[in-house]
Amino acid sequence: MTVAALPTRKDEAFRYADLAALAGVWPVAREEITIAAGVSQALSVVLEGGGAIARHLIITLEAGASYDLRVLNAEASFGRLAIDARLGEGAQFTLGAAQLGAGAQVLEIVTEVTHLAPGASSRQVIRSVLAGESTGTYLGKVAVARGAGGTDSEQSVRAMLLDRTATANAKPELEIYADDVKCAHGCAVGELDAGALFYLASRGLPPGEAKKLMLQAFIAEAFTGAPEEERLQALALDRLGALV
Amino acid sequence: MSAMLKINNLSATVAEKPILKGLSLSINAGEIHAIMGPNGAGKSTLGYVLGGRPGYEVTGGSVEFNGDDLLALAPHERAALGLFLGFQYPVEIPGVSFVQFLRESANAQRGARGEAPLSGGEFLKLAREKAALLKMDMEMLKRPVNVGFSGGEKKRAEMVQMGILDPRLAILDETDSGLDIDALRIVGDGINAIMRRPDKAVLLITHYQRLLDYVKPDFVHVLADGRIVKTGGPELAHQLEEQGYEAVA
Ligand SMILES: Nc1ncnc2c1ncn2[C@@H]1O[C@H](COP(=O)(O)OP(=O)(O)OP(=O)(O)O)[C@@H](O)[C@H]1O
Ligand SMILES: [Mg+2]
Repeated sequence: MTVAALPTRKDEAFRYADLAALAGVWPVAREEITIAAGVSQALSVVLEGGGAIARHLIITLEAGASYDLRVLNAEASFGRLAIDARLGEGAQFTLGAAQLGAGAQVLEIVTEVTHLAPGASSRQVIRSVLAGESTGTYLGKVAVARGAGGTDSEQSVRAMLLDRTATANAKPELEIYADDVKCAHGCAVGELDAGALFYLASRGLPPGEAKKLMLQAFIAEAFTGAPEEERLQALALDRLGALV
Repeated sequence: MSAMLKINNLSATVAEKPILKGLSLSINAGEIHAIMGPNGAGKSTLGYVLGGRPGYEVTGGSVEFNGDDLLALAPHERAALGLFLGFQYPVEIPGVSFVQFLRESANAQRGARGEAPLSGGEFLKLAREKAALLKMDMEMLKRPVNVGFSGGEKKRAEMVQMGILDPRLAILDETDSGLDIDALRIVGDGINAIMRRPDKAVLLITHYQRLLDYVKPDFVHVLADGRIVKTGGPELAHQLEEQGYEAVA
């Protein structure tokens, strides 16, 4: 097997990556996951350790399979998770991800979800909280193949910048070759509401705690309903404490 | 007796526009003061400046709260000293529950004063008691802060918060607006139950006499163009209601 060449800035999927850090972990192994017809499974991916990490999951959902994937990308100096998901007839794919960055961290989630057959649904919820000079990126393509009618897909992408020096990139993308499909996407970058922070502070809550409460609420949806919801929320809360 | 709150010649700007222009006011423990005044006079601005809201810049004067330099403190530190601000427009905060935020707030205040934190059980008991005082369904406090509350429910929830936090000085900015007739009485009774004590004081900002029928003020002030332009007893509020600001102040 030939090793693919290190990507360059011209590769769309690596446009915002830390290429120097990527070189240290290249090539990235392809981790194949196949969920058999009618089977339901869940996975939590917590990218751990302070160095560079890049992972690439290739997920195949056979007819009627369902997969619930949750991601916490918060520790790595460069943390990249690429996900290719291929959905068979009536399959269900859920991705809930939180990226929490500070300092010079570069965090990214790059997805390509392909609805290959009719009646499959995919739901992606991505929440990024970015402090300091960190960068958080979501590149997400949803492709609906010919004949994959009745597709239902949703991408909800939101980022919160805690400092003016932080950067959020978000690019939800649709490629639709079928009729009768429902594809929704929303994308927003914002800052914590100053009026709400003052309201909380006026009751006696110190500013760091007030921010933490609001950020906890902001990312909650990424983990809602996950089998490991509590563990993920707790890990995220810990990390938020360091960000505010 | 030294005043609980002593505002001396206070000036403040918002977005570089002068709003408070040399305002002076003293409030002693045990007193209830009402401030009335035309729209845009600077009443809410006074509340925000006393609360320490970012963007409200003090350009002159001083404020002492029980001897402390209030203006030198951050908003949460002012709260820990016993200052409470009831908002004219309470803020909706999706995803953050009232009980969680109020318990953390109460315990942050207690911590700052060197008191032991309330346990979950103790806090819920206190919250339930104050919700009952204001005839508010406890279930509403389990919801996200003010989200989906009607105007009147928000004002009532402000008073529940005041009851839980038990401040020494409450500045209540148009707490009466948006309340129906029954709610007005409930809120009036609540303010009296929580705040009418010799060691506490209240500054009521209002446009109407009706709240003052329930919460009888010791002093009524008229705030116009960033200053207190007239001070009187409870009769001043009646006079204003009959004759308007132009004639009286
Ligand atoms: N962010 C802002 N930028 C510019 N002007 C502001 C801002 N906030 C308040 N003001 C102005 O400050 C003045 C005083 O406002 P304030 O809210 O204190 O009035 P008020 O006395 O509470 O009025 P009301 O009775 O209508 O509540 C108004 O002219 C208002 O337009
Ligand atoms: Mg006002």
